[in-house]
Amino acid sequence: MRSEAKSRRAPCRHAAVGKGLLLLIAALTVAAPVCAADATRVPKPVIEAAKGEKCVESTDFMRRNHMELLKHQRDATMHQGIRTKNHSLNGCIECHASRRDNSVVGSDRNFCQSCHSYAAVNIDCFECHASKPKAPAERAAFKQAGVATIGTGQAVK
Amino acid sequence: MPIAYREIEGQSRGYYALLGAFGAVTLAGLASAYYMEHHGHIVTGMTNQIVWGLPHVFAVFLIVAASGVLNVASIASVFGEKLYKPLAPLSGLLAIAMLAGGLAVLMLDLGRADRLIVALTYYNFKSIFALNVFLYTGFFAIVAAYLWTMMERRMNGYSGPVGLAAFIWRLVLTTGTGSIFGFLVARQAYDSALLAPMFIVMSFSYGLAVYILVLIAAYRWSGRPLGDVVLARLKRLLIVFVAAALYFVAVHHLTNLYVAKQQDFEKFILLTGGVYPVLFWAGQVTLGSLAPIVILAHPALGKSHAWISAAALLVVLGALAQMYVTIIGGQAYPLQLFPGMQESSSFFDGVVHPYAPSAPEIMLGLGGVAAAAVIVLIAVKLLRFLPESLDEAS
Amino acid sequence: MNEPEHVPDPPEAMSRRQFIGWGAAAVAGLAIAPGVTLFDLAHGRPAAQAASNKVRWGMLIDTNQCSAGCNDCVTACSRENHLSGGLAPTDSQWVRKMELKDLRSGKTHSLPMLCQHCEHPPCVDVCPTGASFKRADGIVLVDRHICIGCRYCMMACPYKARSFVHADVTGQNPDVPRGKGCVESCTLCVHRIDRDQKPACVEACAAAGHNAMIFGDLNDPHSEISKHIAAYAMTQVRADLALNTAVRYQGL
Repeated sequence: MRSEAKSRRAPCRHAAVGKGLLLLIAALTVAAPVCAADATRVPKPVIEAAKGEKCVESTDFMRRNHMELLKHQRDATMHQGIRTKNHSLNGCIECHASRRDNSVVGSDRNFCQSCHSYAAVNIDCFECHASKPKAPAERAAFKQAGVATIGTGQAVK
Repeated sequence: MPIAYREIEGQSRGYYALLGAFGAVTLAGLASAYYMEHHGHIVTGMTNQIVWGLPHVFAVFLIVAASGVLNVASIASVFGEKLYKPLAPLSGLLAIAMLAGGLAVLMLDLGRADRLIVALTYYNFKSIFALNVFLYTGFFAIVAAYLWTMMERRMNGYSGPVGLAAFIWRLVLTTGTGSIFGFLVARQAYDSALLAPMFIVMSFSYGLAVYILVLIAAYRWSGRPLGDVVLARLKRLLIVFVAAALYFVAVHHLTNLYVAKQQDFEKFILLTGGVYPVLFWAGQVTLGSLAPIVILAHPALGKSHAWISAAALLVVLGALAQMYVTIIGGQAYPLQLFPGMQESSSFFDGVVHPYAPSAPEIMLGLGGVAAAAVIVLIAVKLLRFLPESLDEAS
Repeated sequence: MNEPEHVPDPPEAMSRRQFIGWGAAAVAGLAIAPGVTLFDLAHGRPAAQAASNKVRWGMLIDTNQCSAGCNDCVTACSRENHLSGGLAPTDSQWVRKMELKDLRSGKTHSLPMLCQHCEHPPCVDVCPTGASFKRADGIVLVDRHICIGCRYCMMACPYKARSFVHADVTGQNPDVPRGKGCVESCTLCVHRIDRDQKPACVEACAAAGHNAMIFGDLNDPHSEISKHIAAYAMTQVRADLALNTAVRYQGL
């Protein structure tokens, strides 16, 4: 019967294809780190000195927890209208925007993008959020309205 | 005598051509989805006035048909009709494949498709969409279990209870799909409790039409015998379902015509709306409902496999027309914010909203259909969904 | 012989007198607390405090003061929220001027149509992820962090208030994040309200001298808006839907 002949042939053919695929995957797995070992491909993060005296939290804390802060603070701001300056995203941007192009993304020398592109972690924020701080004229208008803004102290480092 | 199921050979040139063609359309659909996601919906014909377009027409059709195609298996397990038993596994397969295709289109059309995880972790249970997430994923699980009870000999005894669970789940799911529209108080085309049962009856009709099409094609192209008794039962059932769906549509429109505030909208959909009355009368009613009934009931035509296929295909095309009129026609008619007043604004109040589907949208919709076809084609080759013979003798 | 285990005495329980004393203090505190909060509200809400349902922000639009050619509120909104200002079918419009004409009498009206910030918003009911939500003080917002862009809220809104962002957005106002793939609508300038300012449209209308828009707290019987509502006939758009909108119209 045709079907029986097929089942006799099938195991050999399937086995050959399977072995070939396995070999290919193994080859790729070995090759990948060899290719990536060229360390000059992805530049190490460049952390530009920010404006202001110091960050609202310690560097160590921020390195580990900035994502948690952003994730929880945004819910408090969005759903409850809590807009404390301390952990506000706009507050971060005011100090950390690059002196060159006044932004936190845009090139691998900008604050957020440099670490994130090195770590290959996609930042979704700036599809919606402005990556540049408010223009000085607008900030002055807020000051007049009696709203505190982040002061720009002396640059450190 | 136990039914002998067998995988199809799947070695012929025709099979690979079909697989290749559907595979190519699926890939084109995926490419379109990427293009839409990358550039935004500005590359589609959808606007702030017509927010759900052709992809949704295809997706809702696939989802409704998916729940309805399981009917064939339910008739065997739940209602105990022995004749339908060999037809049951294919019915389950089609249900899974079409739901997968429909959901893929819906999810890829999202403005933020990358946020699917958010849709799976944040729930507003007052929203029928959120409930549908559970209904759809649960449907996959239940139908998979159902198939297992049908195809694993030791589990055959459980196919009754699991089949009943699947049947009930399916009714809830289609109620949910119809309620997506039925719960919208804002729009004159929807806002009706009738839509949920109407969608259920539509699902019976669409699902059975797709089943008949696939059955005739599969048996013809794999050279297996398909007897007249089976087809006669299926086609008689299709006549009943198509007629029932037409009844619901008639009641819906007649009731609306009775209500003074709905009369302008009905005049638009049935008479003056341009493409929508054409699709309704010529597409949905004549070609999609009346013609198939006539063909299937005809003493000579109703016996020919080719004519039965043609009738089933007409039902499917009529279904797409119905989805287009319902989903897009319902959005084309402007919202009445101030009854008795003529409205105009920069945001297109008071005017009929035009819609022209773009190539990416069309490809995405067709891609969903093709994806379902690819799943079916591969599955019937790998596993034993199709009985060796559906002849009278067995 | 089994002697019953000597159960140690329970620690000194609160005496009845102490309990009544604490209870009275708690009740007194509860009685005073709302007053304390109200006092705070009169001076504006501090940044660290959550919005509260003691306030319900609303808007009153006197259509007698709206003229057909005027677009001041629309322009102000576009500028404040960095909308493109374009009028293509895919452009976002958070507020629009509607021109109405009574089919029988021929009388015309002009009014701005925007999100009505309903008390029972259909858009909030239908949102699958809960991104469309109503804040405690009545403002209906879209949480763009969890919006998946399904557009169901746009189907559900009886006022066609919502827009979908069809293309990339750049140069946003830092106070108004908005981007491609999410749905958006009038936020009642929530970023300004939280700073004790008025919405941009209301301010622009007042600055131009039309005075067609009043903004205030609907729950405060002494606010300007509440006094107006108590004195004059108001309509809600599509009142038959019983959504109890926060935006009311006069002169229709």
